[in-house]
Order: sequence, then structure tokens, then C-alpha cells
Amino acid sequence: MSKLEGKTWTWETVIGLEIHAQITTKSKLFSGASTKFGALPNTQVTLVDVAMPGMLPVLNEMAVEQIVRTGLAINAEINLYSVFDRKNYFYPDLPQGYQISQFSDPIVGKGEIEIKMDDGEKRGVGITRIHLEQDAGKSIHDMDPSFTYVDLNRSGVPLMEIVSEPDLRSSAEAAAYVRKIRAILQYIGSCDGNMERGNLRCDVNVSVRRKGDPLGTRCEIKNVNSIRFLKQAIDYEANRQLNIIENGDKVTQETRLFDSVTGKTRSMRSKEEAHDYRYFPDPDLLPLQLKKSYVDRLSAELPELPDQKLLRFVNELGLSLDVAEEFVFEKEKADYFEPIATGRDAKLVANMVRKDVFGYANFHSINISDVPVTPQKYGELIDLIVEGDINNRIASEIFILMAKTGKDAEVIVQEKGLRQLSDTNELEVVIEKVIEVSEKQVAQYKNGNQKIIGWFVGQIMQKTKGQANPKVVNALLRKKLN
Amino acid sequence: MVLLTDLTIAEARDGLARKDFSSKELTEAHIRAIESARAFNAYVLETPDRAIEDAVASDKRRAKGEIGALDGIPIAVKDIFCTKGIRTTACSKILAEFVPPYESFVTQKLRQSGTVLLGKTNLDEFAMGSSNETSAFGPVLNPWKSSIDTAKLVPGGSSGGSACAVAAGLCLGATGTDTGGSIRQPAAFCGIVGMKPTYGRCSRWGIVAFASSLDQAGPMTRTVQDSAIMLSAMAGFDHNDSTSSRQIVPNFESSFEKSIKGVRIGIPDEYRVEGIDPEINELWETGIQWLKQQGAEICSISLSQTQNALPAYYIIAPAEASSNLSRYDGMRYGSRVSDVSLTKTYSKTRGGGFGPEVVRRILVGTYVLSAGYYDAYYLKAQKIRRLISEEFNNAFSDVDAILVPTSPTPAFAKGEKENDLIAMYLNDVLTVPASLAGLPAISVPAGLSKSGLPLGLQLITRSFDEETLFRVAQSIENSAGWHHRPSKFMF
Repeated sequence: MSKLEGKTWTWETVIGLEIHAQITTKSKLFSGASTKFGALPNTQVTLVDVAMPGMLPVLNEMAVEQIVRTGLAINAEINLYSVFDRKNYFYPDLPQGYQISQFSDPIVGKGEIEIKMDDGEKRGVGITRIHLEQDAGKSIHDMDPSFTYVDLNRSGVPLMEIVSEPDLRSSAEAAAYVRKIRAILQYIGSCDGNMERGNLRCDVNVSVRRKGDPLGTRCEIKNVNSIRFLKQAIDYEANRQLNIIENGDKVTQETRLFDSVTGKTRSMRSKEEAHDYRYFPDPDLLPLQLKKSYVDRLSAELPELPDQKLLRFVNELGLSLDVAEEFVFEKEKADYFEPIATGRDAKLVANMVRKDVFGYANFHSINISDVPVTPQKYGELIDLIVEGDINNRIASEIFILMAKTGKDAEVIVQEKGLRQLSDTNELEVVIEKVIEVSEKQVAQYKNGNQKIIGWFVGQIMQKTKGQANPKVVNALLRKKLN
Repeated sequence: MVLLTDLTIAEARDGLARKDFSSKELTEAHIRAIESARAFNAYVLETPDRAIEDAVASDKRRAKGEIGALDGIPIAVKDIFCTKGIRTTACSKILAEFVPPYESFVTQKLRQSGTVLLGKTNLDEFAMGSSNETSAFGPVLNPWKSSIDTAKLVPGGSSGGSACAVAAGLCLGATGTDTGGSIRQPAAFCGIVGMKPTYGRCSRWGIVAFASSLDQAGPMTRTVQDSAIMLSAMAGFDHNDSTSSRQIVPNFESSFEKSIKGVRIGIPDEYRVEGIDPEINELWETGIQWLKQQGAEICSISLSQTQNALPAYYIIAPAEASSNLSRYDGMRYGSRVSDVSLTKTYSKTRGGGFGPEVVRRILVGTYVLSAGYYDAYYLKAQKIRRLISEEFNNAFSDVDAILVPTSPTPAFAKGEKENDLIAMYLNDVLTVPASLAGLPAISVPAGLSKSGLPLGLQLITRSFDEETLFRVAQSIENSAGWHHRPSKFMF
């Protein structure tokens, strides 16, 4: 939906995103407290996180390394000199009364990533900057009717804010952009990309304009935490603004919230009510100075990125572009698929894991990494197909049994006697019996109906409970019928 | 007989080593002195039990021969250093009941060197003030009295309690913190030695922050030698303070081995500011002559930005303070006044918890950082700060130390400037330039005014050249032949 058909004109939606991604580190940005998810409230806090008098921040070098790697992965400028600033505001889940962030001198400068736009073309989306900042704690308003409780476990957890240029023109493009960013972060391990836990969330800037006009007044939608909501929020917001404009009114610049229940956005605060954050350089932290050799080393050590993997899956493994994209942008799939495909028929593996493993995960609504059959064990199942011991259909049945019992493929084949019938003598007996009772079909074949072969195969499979080797059956059938 | 409370740290150290007296005896003498001088209001918390415990432990260590550099020496700690298990208030109502579960890096170091803690000393609330009149615990009195006037005098600030305690024999030395002159000015007012090290020399970890880019801990003592001894025990790198320096800490006491012959002393004309007491100018002149006689070379230098230092300081320090003090919101510790809404709770907690001077500086700081004013105030002040630093650096390519007065006047009367803030702020005019440049500076008592009040001279040296600072300071001390003490039994 790149274009919005209005009553008067064709309009264009303009979207820019701020992605807040939790950086994968063991400890917080400026303290030694753990960042592990799911701990009891207020158990992962140090004196620094509670902002006791006289406590001082000490920068976590791992967080710096992760953000520099992220910058390198999107071909961005790495600023060897950057500054930490204080963003001042009062809230009970912000113990210091300010958030340490970066304002005028972020670590990562301009970059670009390529995505497939709605018109099918690949184009670059500009990244304005990526900066480091601390997360706030969590206010819990629904535990008590008259009190708000605060959990500071998240207070001080490192975030990177990835700011895009207003280069996106539809909710679908915005979704593709977030997927791409998420994949890049996951590939280099700088963020786990888990949107449900809030480890990756977006603030979306939306405006509409007549194509070719200067940018319209924008609204910012805060804290969107799934790709589905992102699309809903943008579509709703673009239409809302369009209606305002077409009715002759003006869009007011404001901050809005997306309600996932109604699918609508609503006003949170106007521009006039916006905070004056009084940014200024944090005097407790010296400007961060990086050495070029350090950046070069991190650059050299970057792992394979999604685009590179996509090329390899298509060019070297012979996957179709669609399947390759599916695997690459859902990293869990690539992680499951790749070790099995190595040294095996990649296309066969791709077909089988999609049907069996990814289907299973989807059916049971679990993560692929939680499927009870490891890639190694699944590879052994594939080997049984390749060696002719079982066919694809039996393999799928065996997979279900493996998942259920935890047994190896080979063991199940033995126990259930599922080994494929490839013995020519045995099969010949079955084939002859089928031919004997199928005069009509034999006649059709003799009259040139080649397709009838499939019917014969079906009959033979029935008689052998699906265990006949289809290749052998095919060859024998043709010999006998001719 | 020499009173134990009249000893210098060096003398007490030697006396303890010779077993002339025990740390327990030394400490008990100080506890008695403190009890008899409560009217000064120098201490906001006396810790006699802890002091005796420390002293007994020190005596035991000495018996075993395992002693630290300051073992058994009773000291006082400004109540802005967090002390584990001992109430720390920054002399603010908002922290009136605060007991930190941790010990500041500097006091931890002092403890490790064997010191005995006598108590926590009074200060201007959050170290904001030049007279110790803004303390939530009430003002401190200067132990000195004018010979021609009966008015009670202020001890200076913000480290007024520490300065008073050192001058009145209520401890052998004390810690102070200096943001714009808070060690040096009270030292000058009370006739003691007050030293602000290079920014980064002493860790700020565990010191209640006022203005992070300026705050620096330092020793307050009765002699320059004591200052050097105490700084050696306080300074050092701390990985928990990102602005802490990795510079090696020399044994500052060896600073005195060399003479000041050939040392180049800069005299900046711009420090002859308006409103400076003529007696202080005379003393400055005398100081120049003393150093000349000791073989130093006197050079005239120019520090043209000096007049801009005070306005720049009164923008930068409140700006940082406004942000640093945001954490006192009554949510996690400290006092809270609950009300119907969050905003009202904040407003009542902070409005009721902070005194008027602190509120004023928070407001000024918030203003100068606000959108539309930032460039005109904060950014401009930072530019001035850079220029001041550069000017000092240029000067130090030619001279080794700069000699100026510490304060434009001797101690003034209690209440005299409370309602004239400009006059109060002007008190810092001679101390803030070195603070903005992060340079080490020291105030040495060098003479008495006609009315019998102590006057101080200030020395400033290059970053991390505290050794030259101490050496020249001792030369002034020797020439002045300073031996004055405030008269006892003034009440």
C-alpha cells in the first residue's frame, strides 16, 4: 500500500523508525548487575542502578563492542570520538532522574541497509545514527489500586537506538526494514531480537503528503512491540492523518500510543507538553575515544551477514530465493537448516525441514530451537532417505515418532520394521500380482497412457504399507509392463 | 606541656611511634576537646565509640608492628563522604536519616592507612555555600574572633565544619571537598592549610555529588607537611570513578627535600580584583618578597579570563548540580512527603527537603540547560572554561607556580552576606579559576589582619604537580613563621 488513494489526490505515507534494541551483554551499561531476563523484581540492581548518593557510572566495554559491530554490519561510519549525555526527566522508574544517552555525538553515524521495496526494487534505507543509552526500570501500575510498584532489574540495561531516515513509504516496507534490522542484529549477536520480551521495540514516525510535496507534519507512535502491530499502527495512523487533511484540517504534531486491542492510535501528549530534556554532557563520564585499530579488528571479525548468507544459499546450495529468504530472515530456521545441509542434498534438506520441523514448531507454537529433535539427529534421518532405506513419507512419520519418543531414526526404523522394500525379487512378486488383477489399467498403459504408472505405484505402495522404494518400483513396473 | 590536641599529624605520628602516648590517649583527648567545643557546631555527628574502637585497634596493630601511614591519627570527615553504617547527610534535610551501606573510596583509603574517625563535620547543604550558613544543622562558628568587633564570624564554606575542627584542635586533620573553593576559602578564614588536588587525583566515588566536573576531595590540616602526608593517603586511581586518574601517586612528603631556588613564580595582575581588602594585597606583596628571598624567580603573567571565571562557574556548577540532585526524589531513600499525585509528591518532597540556596541553584541550573538558553549560558560557560584552561597552560609553559590571595576578605560576620548573594558568590572569585581548570591549589595561612584574623595566600601549579605546590607552600609557611591559634575559651 505504497499509495493512499484519497478523495482528492493520491497520497504518500512517509515513515521513519527509531528501533530500541537491547544489547546482548552479561551486565548493565554502567554497572555490574546482571541483565538476565526473568529474575525476581529488584534482585538485579547495584548501588549504581538505585542511584545511591555518590555512585558513579563505569562504561561496559562489551556494550561498546556490540554497538560498533552493529554499525559495521550496516556499513555505517564509526565515530572514534563520542560523548555521553544526560537526558533529564523525573519518573519513579528512573532512579538517577536522568537517562545516560548520547545526543550530539553518537558512536555510530550514517549507514544504510538494502531492503526490497513494494515495487519489487531493492533500495537503500538510510540509517541516521545509532547511539548507546540506558533503559529505565519498569513501573507496575496494576499490582495495587493506589500504589505503583517499581522493578529496577531493567534499569541501566544497555540499549542501542537505531534511527532511520524517513525513507520508508508503506507499512510493508517498514515491516521489511525491521525484519532486516532484526536479522542483522541476530546474526552478529548484538541483540536477540525478541520483540515479545521488549528486547526490540520501535517508535514510529508517520506523516502523509502529496507525492513530491515537502514532508507533512508527523506523529510519533511510541513503543510498538511486534511487526504485526507495527503494520497496523502505520496503516491506521496514515489513514487518520489522510482523513484530517482531506477534511481541510491540519495534523497536529504529537506523540501517540498504539492500542493493540482496538488497532487504533491515540494521543499521548502534544508538542507543547513535550519534555525539555535539558541534554548536557555527563560530567561523570569522559568522552569515549576509540582506536581505529580496534574498529578494524571488530570489522575483520564480523560473522556472515544475512545478505551474504542469502547469496550463498541461492548460489551455492541452490535454494530458491523465496526459501532462502525465509530461512535467512528467520535466523532460527537458518540455524536449524545449515548444519544438516552441510555435506547433504541441500534442496532435499530444505524441503524436509520445512515440512517436518518448521511445520511441527508452528503447529505446537514453539520456537524451532525447542523442537525436540536436534539438527544432528534430523540429519541422520535424511541420511536414511539418501541411502534408500526409507522414503520421504516414511521419514516424516519417523520424525514425529522421534519427537515423541526421543529415539534415534535408525532405532525407530528397526523397531517398526519400516525399512524400505528395495529387494527386486520381493517387489517383483508384488508387482506381478497387481498386474495380474489389473487388465483394464494394463490395456490403458499399452494404449499409451503413461500417467497410469502412478496408479500402479499407488497400488504397490498400499500392498507394501508404503515401504516400497518408489524408484525401484518405477523401474520394475516399466520393465514388466513393456 | 604540649596538649595532644595541639600536635601536628607529623608530631603525633612520631609521638605514637616513640610510644610517648597511645592512639587511645590521643583520641580521648580529642573526644574531650570536641565535647567542650560543641558551641562551634563543627561536628554534625560525633562518633566517640567508633573512635575509641578504631584507636584501640590501632594500638593493637602497633604492638604487632603492622601499621599504616596514618595509624592511630584521629581525623574528622566532612559529612559529604559516605561512611558505611554511619549517617551521612550532606547537611541536607532530604538526607537527614540516610545511613549508607557503603564507604567512599577516599575514606576507605584513610581507614586502611589506620586513621581514627572522630565524627562527621558540618558543611553548607550539599556543599553549596561560602559561609557554612546553609547547613540544615545550623551554621558553624569560626573559632577566631576579631579584636575590634564582637560579631560572631563564619568559618567560610562549604567545608566550614572541617576547617573549624582543625583550627580549634578538635581533630588532627580533616577531609574536605572543593568545588569552587570549598576547601581553600574556609582554610584561609580559619588559619589552616587547605589543599585541593588536581581533578582526578582523589576518587569521587561515594562522595555526595555537587558538580561532578569540579568536585575534588582534599586534606585540611594545620601544616603543609600534614597536608602532604594526608593527601598521600587519600589519592589514587579508582576503577569505579571514570574521571579518576591513573597518574602515579608520589610520596608527597618527599616534596620538601628540594629548595625552591630557581622556581618560577607567576603573579597575575588580573587577580587584583575590585573589592579586595588592601591588607590582603599587602600580604600578597609580602609573599612575593618571601619567595624572592628564598631564591624563586618572580614573573608577571597575564590571565585575562580571570574575571569571566566566576560567572562561568555559577553556570556550570548549578547546571551539573540540578541534574546530580534529581535523584533525591523520595522514591528509594531519603525523606518523602506523600501527596495525592506523583507531581505533588515530588514537589513536596523536594520543596521541603532542600534549603533555599540548594533550591536556588537547582533552578538556575535547570534554567541554563533549558532549550533556548543552553547555547547562551551553558555552552558559553564551557567555552570560557576551555579558555581559562588554555590560559593557565600557556602560563605554565613559563612559570612553575602561581601566587595569588585565597579570598578577597578575611572571615566576615555571621549573617552579613546572607541576603547579599552577589557579595557571597564574589567570595569565590579568587578560587574558582583553578577549579574550572582542574589544577591543584593550596591555601596557606600567611599572616593576621589588623583585627587579628587569619589571612591566606593561594598557590596554583600544573596538573599533577602537587609536589611543587607543597614545596612552595612550605616555603611561604616557613617565611610567615605561622604559629597562631585561635584563642581558647572564647565562650
